[in-house]
Amino acid sequence: MDAFNRFKAFEMDVLKEVGNIGAGNAATALSRLLDKPVDMAVPKVSLLPFEEVADRVGGSEQVVIAVYLRVEGEAPGNMFFIIQEDAAKRLLGQLLSLDCDSTGSYSEMEMSALCEIGNILAGSYLSSLADFTHLSMAPSVPSVARDMAGPILTYGLMQYGEMGDSALLIETTFLEDREELEGHFFLIPDPDSFTKIFQSLGVLTE
Amino acid sequence: MIQQDVIKVGMADLKWAADGAHLRTTGLGSCVGLTLYDPVARIAGMAHVMLPSSEIARESTMNIAKYADTAIPELIGQMKAEGAVIGRLAAKMAGGAQMFAFSGQSDSMRIGPRNVESCLEILANYSIPLMGQDTGGNYGRTIEIDSSSGVLTIRSVQFGIKEI
Repeated sequence: MDAFNRFKAFEMDVLKEVGNIGAGNAATALSRLLDKPVDMAVPKVSLLPFEEVADRVGGSEQVVIAVYLRVEGEAPGNMFFIIQEDAAKRLLGQLLSLDCDSTGSYSEMEMSALCEIGNILAGSYLSSLADFTHLSMAPSVPSVARDMAGPILTYGLMQYGEMGDSALLIETTFLEDREELEGHFFLIPDPDSFTKIFQSLGVLTE
Repeated sequence: MIQQDVIKVGMADLKWAADGAHLRTTGLGSCVGLTLYDPVARIAGMAHVMLPSSEIARESTMNIAKYADTAIPELIGQMKAEGAVIGRLAAKMAGGAQMFAFSGQSDSMRIGPRNVESCLEILANYSIPLMGQDTGGNYGRTIEIDSSSGVLTIRSVQFGIKEI
């Protein structure tokens, strides 16, 4: 992991821009789906110890809805779209007029709808990123889970496990006007993908 | 309510406890939470294992608590130093899930089942019996062991609380 500690501020900024472009397009897609404005926080790029990754979405045991896609192609990686349960219920209500009970249970239809929303957003994130970097990036079939945030995010960190105790991730948060529909996008490129992203964007790495 | 001491075991971490203290680790997905217990000395140990084998380690300073093949011997060593006896140890474990499943996925994504296999193999090397396990599936778990009884409590979102 020492390799990542050496990333300069400039390189971190490049990765922030990667998150900005991808999530910006995803936010536009979400805004069209909902027919209302969606705001986005400034992307964060951080090298986080495994323990702290789940703290970004409320802690290791926080129950969340997560859509996971494996990114295949020239710059492989893992991608998560994570939302809190109340936000998921609201999203379903607004999009599909599904009258969701506020208890913890989800029907198959509801889970499938959430999976598709995640798929649309992740797809627009990745296609804009592929255009920007001229690298091929294709999402796998998405899968959705409702579970603790810790095990879900850890799944995307395994490639880092054999290299150290922290992972580099690009994080963007959505805010839907004052309702705070908090959606988190995590792009976790495989350790070897960074060089390719930098090279394709003309950033010289030694 | 009586407040017990709960010692937190982090990811890729291992600890032991005695005198009725509890050991707890959260958010086991494909990781395996392996516990050892000596019912006579009333010492419990827990390791949160992330990967099956240290052979694949590419890090400069290796964290021995991360790999099944290095964590278990280290945990046994630490517990022995506190008065536990190998012949009395019994193991329980939970975790090793596969959070998301895809067809045609690479071996590195099958990490949960491989962690379980590796732990079983190493326990067999030490002839430590496995008293119970709750492994596999596609969901996360949080576990806690009581060093006064050796009871392992497993909590998951879908299935609630379970004791082994």
